[in-house]
Amino acid sequence: MSAFFNEMYDGDVVRSAYASLTEWVDRTPPETLERKKLDAEALFRRIGITFAVYGEGGDTERLIPFDMMPRVFTEAEWRKLERGVKQRARALNAFLFDVYHRAEIIKAGIVPADLVYRNEAFEQAVVGIDPPGGVYSHIVGIDLVRTGPDEFFVLEDNCRTPSGVSYMLENREIMMRMFPELFRSARIAPVDNYPELLRRTLESVAPADADVPISVLLSPGSFNSAYYEHSFLADQMGIELVEGQDLFVQGDFVYMRTTEGPRRVHVIYRRIDDAFLDPLCFRPDSMLGVPGLMNVYRSGGVTIASAPGSGVADDKAIYTFVPEMIRFYLGEQPILKNVQTWKCADPSDCGHVLDNLKDLVVKEVHGSGGYGMLVGPKSTKEEISAYAERIKAAPHDFIAQPTLALSTCPTFVDAGIAPRHVDLRPYCLVGKEVHLCPGGLTRVAMTEGSLVVNSSQGGGVKDTWVLAD
Amino acid sequence: MLSRTAESLYWLARQMERAETMARLLEVGYRMALMPSAGEGNRSDWASLVVAAGSSEGFKAKFGKEFHQRDVESWMFFDRENGSSVMSCVEAARQNGRAVRTALTTEMWDALNGAYLELREIERRPRSEALLPELCDWTKRQSALFRGATEGTHLRNDGYDFLNVGAFVERGDNTARLLDVKYYVLLPRSDGVGGSIDSYQWTTLLRALSAFRSFHWSYGSAYTPRKIAHFLILNRAAPRSLLHCLAEVNFHLDRLARSYGSPTIAHDRARRMLAELAEAEVEDIIDEGLHEFIGRFVRENAALGQDVADAYLFGAP
Repeated sequence: MSAFFNEMYDGDVVRSAYASLTEWVDRTPPETLERKKLDAEALFRRIGITFAVYGEGGDTERLIPFDMMPRVFTEAEWRKLERGVKQRARALNAFLFDVYHRAEIIKAGIVPADLVYRNEAFEQAVVGIDPPGGVYSHIVGIDLVRTGPDEFFVLEDNCRTPSGVSYMLENREIMMRMFPELFRSARIAPVDNYPELLRRTLESVAPADADVPISVLLSPGSFNSAYYEHSFLADQMGIELVEGQDLFVQGDFVYMRTTEGPRRVHVIYRRIDDAFLDPLCFRPDSMLGVPGLMNVYRSGGVTIASAPGSGVADDKAIYTFVPEMIRFYLGEQPILKNVQTWKCADPSDCGHVLDNLKDLVVKEVHGSGGYGMLVGPKSTKEEISAYAERIKAAPHDFIAQPTLALSTCPTFVDAGIAPRHVDLRPYCLVGKEVHLCPGGLTRVAMTEGSLVVNSSQGGGVKDTWVLAD
Repeated sequence: MLSRTAESLYWLARQMERAETMARLLEVGYRMALMPSAGEGNRSDWASLVVAAGSSEGFKAKFGKEFHQRDVESWMFFDRENGSSVMSCVEAARQNGRAVRTALTTEMWDALNGAYLELREIERRPRSEALLPELCDWTKRQSALFRGATEGTHLRNDGYDFLNVGAFVERGDNTARLLDVKYYVLLPRSDGVGGSIDSYQWTTLLRALSAFRSFHWSYGSAYTPRKIAHFLILNRAAPRSLLHCLAEVNFHLDRLARSYGSPTIAHDRARRMLAELAEAEVEDIIDEGLHEFIGRFVRENAALGQDVADAYLFGAP
């Protein structure tokens, strides 16, 4: 285990961030902890925080395992992360504005034109449009892993509609309900103003003619796996949770159907994919979208957050260029590091990847959620050779990264408390201003030794604390 | 509010009310089955329940022409193929609630979600452990819990009115259907039908509507068909009477008209229906024929539901 950075222990010594937690665990009897664990699960199910796992039959409403042991950052650690995340979110938005306008980064020879214009997520329909504030991606989720005291790497960027923020809020809520004494003894930065910040971010990018901006959250509906989060956020923000059928276009504006007749909508925080937004512009068979929406968007009658076409910035092939973007657009040095990445599209990279599969993590360029990836060190020879065939058949679809030594956090397991690997997704809000809530979603691989933290692969979640100095 | 939200609120209130009625119908059947042989035999009692619940076609297609107690229980309580079974109603109500989570208070959602989760538990248990009287009590308790949570916690806004319009349109329909199950025992006929058996059937009907004691409070001890018909149709004080249900529907529609600034086609019909019942005497109903009267009410009431939908729930531009 010594190869991994342990966030709680420095050798045998407990790090300062975890001092009060350790004390608490030591003086709380195991039976009490066990009972609290059951209480927490009952609470989650009662409130209805569940998620559906795609491609699995049976119970479509499963709980994500919640680990009661929080993950802790000191204020100094967080300040650095915060600067790095905000920097990255600004650069990604500058990139999006650029590729839909003059494409200077391409002309400068920094990003290859093909990677942008042949990207499935590139939206011809929004070229030349000026969204309010020049913002495309209003909620940027940056997935981070830690490998040392000062070493943070970005695994991937999420510029479309990153999910999971409801867990950040609910995990905190549950922890505060169950262990109020912990919050009295430690000074933990609050996260509960996130919905308010998000609402203000959305309102700050409303069309200029909106005196009192009306925002709505557009959801695919209650059968979607993230529906709980959609309803939770809409509720917390005090805005309507709508489905495509609730909205319609008339003239230059979008309206929602209400019991008092039509009402204009200024900002749509959409939680459906680009392809489903408008059957007249994208997929004609979409039942989830709003016919004519893109026309209104193009003429500035409505703001869509995140903007259609934002996905071109969070593609795994574009990812490798983010440090360059930061230098190009902001003239700054990147604060957060990228993980070294081999693009199988490049023949020499591809050769290296195929020769070293047993040590690498290979991902599909357009994949997400931990589906379809290969974790070399955890795979059998058969799995590796089968995967090699897939890479050879379509090298453009794959990238590879070294197996990172993800840090570990103490986690409740059957045998007591043991280190498990974690990552972190903070949520950066970009409107007229850029905000980062002091916290995020910590995901934890519940299986010993596992490096895959995705909830669809059995990962759990933790409350994430930022301690005030 | 969003039309879809209003629609979901309206329907989830109807579905919870309907689940309760299904339990009450089953209770009528159960009590009547315990009665010493009633001439026509017990099976026809079970048959009349399924007819009253409006699902006899589906039942016959699945179980054949014989109405066995166990089949009727399964059909009306557990069967998902029956859109009005307690199971279907609770699932649909919870699904509607889930679709409008933000319009419900935590307590209301707890009541809906709790009922759903418990019902899933009950379904997993062996049927021999699921005794009908307990299932009926359980269902009535869930419905009461939801209603109580609504009364105790929901803002008195338009959402509250749509919940209530739904609940009382449904309850009026359900009382009418329950009455229809046993309409013949209420008809003034020659002595052939009278006697102790009728009396038992009347009390069963009243008990199923939790109205046994309130009937006595209102009318003294002797049952007559007229008194019972008056109680369940024309008594404003009886919480399940048709008149009371219509008065409530009118009250909530009027509140909507005030807050939205204008009445709709639904108001016209609701007022007309209320005016007719408010003027009516039991004699008029007996003269028309109880069965005919109930049939006419159920149709008008359904049309009222459609008017509400046209006026508010579809949100046509």
